[in-house]
Amino acid sequence: MNKDHRPINVDPADLARFKWPIPALTSISHRIAGVVLFVGIAFGLYALDMSLSSEAGFERLSAMMASPLGMLVTFGLLAALSYHFVAGIKHLLLDLEIADSLEGGQFAAKATILFSAILIFLSAIWVTQG
Amino acid sequence: MVTQATSFSRNGVADWIVQRVTAYILAAYTVVLVGYILVSGDMNYPVWRGLFNQTWMQVFTLLALLSTCAHAWIGMWTIGTDYIREHYFGSGADAIRLLYQVGCVLVIAIYLIWGVKILWGN
Repeated sequence: MNKDHRPINVDPADLARFKWPIPALTSISHRIAGVVLFVGIAFGLYALDMSLSSEAGFERLSAMMASPLGMLVTFGLLAALSYHFVAGIKHLLLDLEIADSLEGGQFAAKATILFSAILIFLSAIWVTQG
Repeated sequence: MVTQATSFSRNGVADWIVQRVTAYILAAYTVVLVGYILVSGDMNYPVWRGLFNQTWMQVFTLLALLSTCAHAWIGMWTIGTDYIREHYFGSGADAIRLLYQVGCVLVIAIYLIWGVKILWGN
C-alpha cells in the first residue's frame, strides 16, 4: 500500500536525529504550552476563588503572588499563556490563508518567537515589579 | 482491529470549528481581562470584586470557562490519540488512553463546577 518509505511510526529515540526546523519547534511548543495551561487552570481557579472570597482573601493572594514561589508560578503560567496565545493567533491567521506557504510558515514561526518573547518579557516585568 | 476513539463531537470538522470559535472567545477574554488589570493600575479588592459582580463579566467569564473546557478537551484528546498508541505503549494502549481520557474529563468537569461556584457561590 505504501508507495514510499516514510515511517508510519516514530520512535522517541529517533527524535534527536530529526531535523527540527523552526516551524516544528514552535508547533511542539504550542502543544506543550497547552498542556501546561491545562494544569495551570487549577492555579488560576484557586487564585480567582481566593481573590473574590473576601478582602482578606484578596490580600492573602496578593501576598502569595509576591513570594518567590508565587512569582515563579505566576510567571510560568503567564509565559505559557503568552506563547499559546501568540502561536494560536498564528493558527487563526493560517485559517485565513495568511503565511501558509513554506516561506510564510518559516517567517510566521520566527514572528511567533519574537512576539511571544516580548510578551514573556513583559510578563516577567509585571510579575516582579509588584 | 479498528477502535473508535470518540472525539469531542464525533466529527472532525465540528471539532475543528469548535477549536477555532473557542480560541476566538478565549483570546478576546484574555485581552479584556489583562487589559482591565493593566488599565486599573494598583488593583484592589473593591475594584476586582466590582468587576466580577457585573452581569456582563459573569456571562463573559462563564463563556470563557465553557470555551476552556471544550478547547482543552479537543487539545488533550488530540495529544492522547497522537501519543498513546500501541506502537509506544504496547497492547495496553487502548486501556491507558481510556484511563487518560476519563482523567481529562474528570479534571474538566471539576474545573467547570468549581468555576461556576466561584462566579455565583462566593
